[in-house]
Amino acid sequence: MTAELLAMPDLMPVLPEILLIIGAMVLLMVGAFGGEKSTPLVTGICVALLTVAGLILLVSPHYGETFNGAFVQDAFSQYLKVLVLIGSGFAIAMSVAYARSQNFDRFEYPILIVIATVGMMLMLSANDLISMYLGIELQSLALYVVAAINRDSVRSTEAGLKYFVLGALSSGMLLYGMSFIYGFTGHTDFAGIASALTEERASLGLVFGIVFMLAGIAFKISAVPFHMWTPDVYEGAPTPVTAFFAAAPKVAAFGMLIRVLVEPLGQVTTDWQQIVVFIAIASMGLGAFAAIGQRNIKRLMAYSSIGNMGYALVGLAAGTEAGIEGVIVFMTAYLAMTLGAFACILSMRRKEGMVEEISDLAGLSKTNLPMAVLLAVIMFSLTGLPPLFGFFGKFYVFIAAVEAGLVPLVVIGLVASVVAAYYYLRVIKVMFFDDATGEFLPMSGEMKIVLGLSSAVVGLFFIMPEPIMNAAANAASVLF
Amino acid sequence: MNDWSILSITTFLPLVGVFFILLVRGDDPDAKTNIRRVALITTTFTFITSLFIWGGFTNENPGFQMVEKYNWFGDTFTYHMGVDGISMLFVILTTFLMPLCILASWESIQDRVKEYMIAFLVLETLMIGVFCALDLVLFYVFFEAGLIPMFLIIGVWGGPRRVYASYKFFLYTLLGSVLMLAAIMAMYWQAGTLDIPTLLNESEFPAQMQTWLWLAFFASFAVKMPMWPVHTWLPDAHVEAPTAGSVVLAAILLKMGGYGFLRFSLPMFPIASDMFAPFIFTLSIVAIIYTSLVALAQEDIKKLIAYSSVAHMGFVTMGIFSANAQGIEGAIFMMLAHGLISGALFLCVGVIYDRMHTRQISAYGGLVNNMPRYAVAFMIFTMANVGLPGTAGFVGEFLTMVGVFQVNTWVAFFAATGVILSAAYALFLYRRVVFGALEKESLKSMLDLNAREKLILAPLIILTIFFGFYPAAVLDVTSASVDALISNYNAALDASGLAHAAAAVSSH
Repeated sequence: MTAELLAMPDLMPVLPEILLIIGAMVLLMVGAFGGEKSTPLVTGICVALLTVAGLILLVSPHYGETFNGAFVQDAFSQYLKVLVLIGSGFAIAMSVAYARSQNFDRFEYPILIVIATVGMMLMLSANDLISMYLGIELQSLALYVVAAINRDSVRSTEAGLKYFVLGALSSGMLLYGMSFIYGFTGHTDFAGIASALTEERASLGLVFGIVFMLAGIAFKISAVPFHMWTPDVYEGAPTPVTAFFAAAPKVAAFGMLIRVLVEPLGQVTTDWQQIVVFIAIASMGLGAFAAIGQRNIKRLMAYSSIGNMGYALVGLAAGTEAGIEGVIVFMTAYLAMTLGAFACILSMRRKEGMVEEISDLAGLSKTNLPMAVLLAVIMFSLTGLPPLFGFFGKFYVFIAAVEAGLVPLVVIGLVASVVAAYYYLRVIKVMFFDDATGEFLPMSGEMKIVLGLSSAVVGLFFIMPEPIMNAAANAASVLF
Repeated sequence: MNDWSILSITTFLPLVGVFFILLVRGDDPDAKTNIRRVALITTTFTFITSLFIWGGFTNENPGFQMVEKYNWFGDTFTYHMGVDGISMLFVILTTFLMPLCILASWESIQDRVKEYMIAFLVLETLMIGVFCALDLVLFYVFFEAGLIPMFLIIGVWGGPRRVYASYKFFLYTLLGSVLMLAAIMAMYWQAGTLDIPTLLNESEFPAQMQTWLWLAFFASFAVKMPMWPVHTWLPDAHVEAPTAGSVVLAAILLKMGGYGFLRFSLPMFPIASDMFAPFIFTLSIVAIIYTSLVALAQEDIKKLIAYSSVAHMGFVTMGIFSANAQGIEGAIFMMLAHGLISGALFLCVGVIYDRMHTRQISAYGGLVNNMPRYAVAFMIFTMANVGLPGTAGFVGEFLTMVGVFQVNTWVAFFAATGVILSAAYALFLYRRVVFGALEKESLKSMLDLNAREKLILAPLIILTIFFGFYPAAVLDVTSASVDALISNYNAALDASGLAHAAAAVSSH
């Protein structure tokens, strides 16, 4: 046992993480000595690091457990890590033009994103409650700073503080829940917990633990009733930060939620299922109704992401392999749609500065037709209209829930998506039906690339669905 | 014919036109003309191609023909296309009307011509796809995606209340459709497949489940049809949509509801269909009588025709759920005839709207004096709408009433009053618009039909009269499939132990 502990752990499965963390350290030095003028260099290298890490994962993934089983690399973590890396990489790329025009030149920003990304990858690979918590905290601490990075802005500082206080509270709840789970099973590693649970129903103490842990994670994915921070932080944080918050961290937290519920707690599915069903219904409902009155497009996207987390939770509530596959497909669609939408929001620049009201998009189809069409594609996809990606994401989530017998949940979800259609349509209506009030500055090159790629994925997924579908099925299968 | 994928070619040919339109640069009148020409040529070619479907179609074969099947999403759903006697003519109807729609928009649409034509061509692809799809999800994809171009057509090129109308159209239809989607998912787990021919021939759903599935599909098709009381989106959408949009809406999109009842509700859920038939009859009768009365009170020409559409669709649902050969074939015939006639009526409205830019009935009067040719065309379509023998409108109405008479004489009796009411509102409209003295100054300068308008209306006049005298052209195509449908339906009912009153009347 001692010899085993002392032996050098296998580092190959952790290679991408190690690469990123070393890179981040080095870049921090570069930034500290090079000052503000090194920002473009640091930004470029950060994107390159994320790309390399992604390529390592794609081309030669090293499956296996390491650090005594606390860290696991499998097809599931591989798939979601690639999504996270794409989300982070695009978020950094999208901040470049913004940084140039808004005096937002801070070399810490891309480095913090890389560190947060390592935290997310750790969350996805966590196979032990302790390593899971480490991942969450590594991610969260970086995110708190990123939210407040525009330290001269009151709104940004407020957003960061709000996020930090509520996030710390949720971490506390999470930890409290974990302590219950440890207390009632005697294990922190997922395999140990799973083997300790032999009965159909969980003991009362374990249920307590699950409830607290779910509350903590629900905060991270901004599911109702732990969503309150989302609209304020989305609105207050600088827009590139919002674009980042909306994409990668959601995917990571959701992946972690899936693993912790399915692997160690798979035996007691009936106990957590009802909690997930409740959160799903509340999120879909609130996401649909609360967004109707929003005027600010960032707040609109905040409520939209709350609603979308609700749909993803429907697949998780099914608790089956088909359900998890659905969630993975859905999260892929969600990532593509979110990145594309934020590329458009970040392009809402006028001579006098950034604008954020939905009404500022008026007449976009006359002033910038390509952008209007692509944003419309993304909005229709968020509505869930075929043949766009968003439809297939929802379809696979819901069909799994129907199989699991959760028909009322599915009907509620589908009706909520009709309500949500109203506000997505409003964006399209403003762009196509209303008269122009003014032009935006031309889109920058990076934005065009991000928007083009993401709307191509959203719009053309149906032509060649096989690669994503197969990868998602493969990823889901390793959990069962 | 199978080896050259005629259905896929017809379906996706309009997208080729979209590609060419995208290549056209500029916003000057020449570019606009080029765009219109490309759209016209594409739709005409699509129509010609679709005639090969009819040419290669075997009337005697009740099954699906020209079938294509490819893997799409693994084993969950496939790309499966095919037509039978029920769906084939709807494809032809769609491709036939599209060139006319493009021609009707030739002069009235000057703003954003490129986007307009693209929206119409994409819509054509989706509409053809709905009638060809043989996989439930593929059907749903085409069915639902059609909302996108139609939403934009109403919202961008519509009248003053276009935003309200487009939202109402979109949200009503979407709400109905998502319930159908839930039912589709449930069917997948029950039957293990979403392949329509397999579902039609092999699987039987438990009676209890059929009720729920039927209701979910009903929610979608009743809105699309539209049936009373969920018809209220239709008058709004019609009034605000541009002329060609109204034509497509009335002539084709509404038919998807009736087609859906025939393709899914009746054959897949026979027990529930039998159970709900009285409910459908009630709604149909209310639709026929109530909306006819509402039509009488309308001030707006398009709204009047929209309400008359709802009334006519009442005959269709009544015919479908009478579940005998006359009723169903009458319903199909009625849908096709209504596609021609209501489309033509909206085109007629478009003719005078283009000149006067108002749809108020009171703004017109005495047009017979300076627009005699228009008066004749409008007269023919008005008579066809009333259901005058010798026009296509008569055959469908008559057959559906014969069909429902065998099931329930009272239903037939009330439906017959609808014929009288339709004569009342149609002739009342015609008198106010066309007859009387030409008193209004603004009308005196109106010119009669120009060459383009004659070109649009002439084929519709010919077909309306042709099918009125020779309905067999349609009925021969549909009969084999309809007979098969009815015998399966009755067999399913017998198997479930229910005596079916109308079982003995499918003689032909």
